Amino acid sequence: MNNTIALKSILHKEVHRFMRIWVQTLVPPAITICLYFVIFGSLIGKRIGEMGGFDYMSFIVPGLIMMSVITNSYSNVASSFFSAKWQRNVEEMLVAPVPNWVIVAGYVGGGMCRGILVGLIVTFVALFFVDIQVHNIWVIIATVSLTSATFALGGLINAIFAGSFDDISIIPTFVLTPLTYLGGVFYSISLLPEFWQGVSQANPIVYMVNAFRYGFLGISDVSIVTAFAVIGIFIVTLFTIAMVLISKGIGLRS
Amino acid sequence: MTYALEITGLKKTYKGGFQALKNIELKVKQGDFFALLGPNGAGKSTTIGVMTSLVNKTEGQVKIYGHDIDNALELAKSHIGLVPQEFNFNQFEPLTNILVNQAGYYGVERKTALIRAEKYLKQLELWDKRDEPARALSGGMKRRLMIARALMHEPKMLILDEPTAGVDIEIRRAMWDFLQQLNEEGITIILTTHYLEEAEMLCRNIAIIDGGEIVENTTMKGLLAQLDIETFVLDLVPTQHQVSIDGIVSRQLDDHTLEIDISKHQSLNQVFAQLSLQNVEVKSMRNKSNRLEALFVSLINQSGSAKENSKVVA
Ligand SMILES: Nc1ncnc2c1ncn2[C@@H]1O[C@H](COP(=O)(O)OP(=O)(O)O)[C@@H](O)[C@H]1O
Ligand SMILES: [Mg+2]
Repeated sequence: MNNTIALKSILHKEVHRFMRIWVQTLVPPAITICLYFVIFGSLIGKRIGEMGGFDYMSFIVPGLIMMSVITNSYSNVASSFFSAKWQRNVEEMLVAPVPNWVIVAGYVGGGMCRGILVGLIVTFVALFFVDIQVHNIWVIIATVSLTSATFALGGLINAIFAGSFDDISIIPTFVLTPLTYLGGVFYSISLLPEFWQGVSQANPIVYMVNAFRYGFLGISDVSIVTAFAVIGIFIVTLFTIAMVLISKGIGLRS
Repeated sequence: MTYALEITGLKKTYKGGFQALKNIELKVKQGDFFALLGPNGAGKSTTIGVMTSLVNKTEGQVKIYGHDIDNALELAKSHIGLVPQEFNFNQFEPLTNILVNQAGYYGVERKTALIRAEKYLKQLELWDKRDEPARALSGGMKRRLMIARALMHEPKMLILDEPTAGVDIEIRRAMWDFLQQLNEEGITIILTTHYLEEAEMLCRNIAIIDGGEIVENTTMKGLLAQLDIETFVLDLVPTQHQVSIDGIVSRQLDDHTLEIDISKHQSLNQVFAQLSLQNVEVKSMRNKSNRLEALFVSLINQSGSAKENSKVVA
């Protein structure tokens, strides 16, 4: 009961935060997606022709939505938790009888809210450019929730270790962006030489993008079961790491 | 009755090897108004940090209302309201949100929290500012905001870490009144300070901490009584006479040195009168500072506000 109220408080605060600064949090992804559609869809897409049996624009839409979900879930938790450390208001939670799992769940939940809300906005914008079909809505919902949870956890771990604002942009720039661009958003993995296909299988984002695309178009480069297994393993691992770090008080308690 | 706070053998060595707490022993009764007095760097904030789980202890035991922080941390924490030394709220958040969120962390429903927020914001004269972001407040207001925040879950014990540092004198007095009123309502209050005057005004019991150790732990009255007594050293013309003065504690150190303890209510005239009767001649006299005074002098030198505290040493 008490924990439910504490969890609701953290969620409330988190959602409030990104809504208050909506110009920084909700508008940019909508603009980015428009640019992608204009360039890849209308200008270049026509010359590429079909990919995986669909016109290029339809092929990339799921990946583009997923990309914004990933970036926003991650950066929401990374910046919010780091700034709570920076301003020391994280102590408000630490001195209160809030169990560690509630702190993790609250921040991850907040990141998921932003990720999914941005996903919806981007989907809505996409509707102006393409017809979006739905193959399996449950796969869509499951993939987007699990993926945003994974990256929200990643953002939390990043913020726990971060000692400065620079530290929360290093991972997105040097790890997240490359993995996303190489994660099969813009092409089917099957187009790659065999060696690079193998390498791609080590990239978790490949599984997320393909499971998501399967939900819309019914096509995927990897098996859906494998995809969910991979995402599941990531969530469990990252959650465990986040819990251990917070219990030990890394970066939080001296 | 269980103590509100019971600390035994508490030690803390920070990463890097600095030992901030050497061996803290402390007991605070329920309903007490308790001062933890000590110079900067003495270990006050570290002690509070351990109690509120912001600092991991190295060794020792801490019980809050009987709940050991080692095995009932959440229960222990639910009894404490903390007003930390440094501002630690989200500067961009409006006051009401800060208070309601904090209450939520302690399991207080939003509806109840809004009622309490109104009550404390009004009592602490912040109601007009309720929708402003915290950064728009003055220093004294921020301090009061943290007091309101600490009270939102109606804790049994309020801990204030140097609550009046940097707060001007009028607001300080208003704050003192408010704290006294809380204490009368039954809330145990522990405050750290480096102003003896503040402790003297407010507190019934006091511990003095220095270098990570409790060097004195007594009632405020007891401490003031000790402070009341001044020791003088008299330089005498050498005498074989065994000097003694009625009603005055004295120690004859050698044939020409006599130490006397005089309380503020006693008069030096009677000392000299008796010495004359015994044909003892005093060449000169000086003030001997005792351990406690020396400690206060060091406290005051470090506090940087010697003027305000000068009456203590005078
Ligand atoms: N996080 C920390 N790491 C290392 N040393 C610290 C840390 N926090 C405080 N100290 C040191 O511990 C000592 C006690 O500090 P503190 O408890 O803040 O004193 P006080 O509150 O009485 O002024 C000081 O010497 C301080 O420099
Ligand atoms: Mg301090």
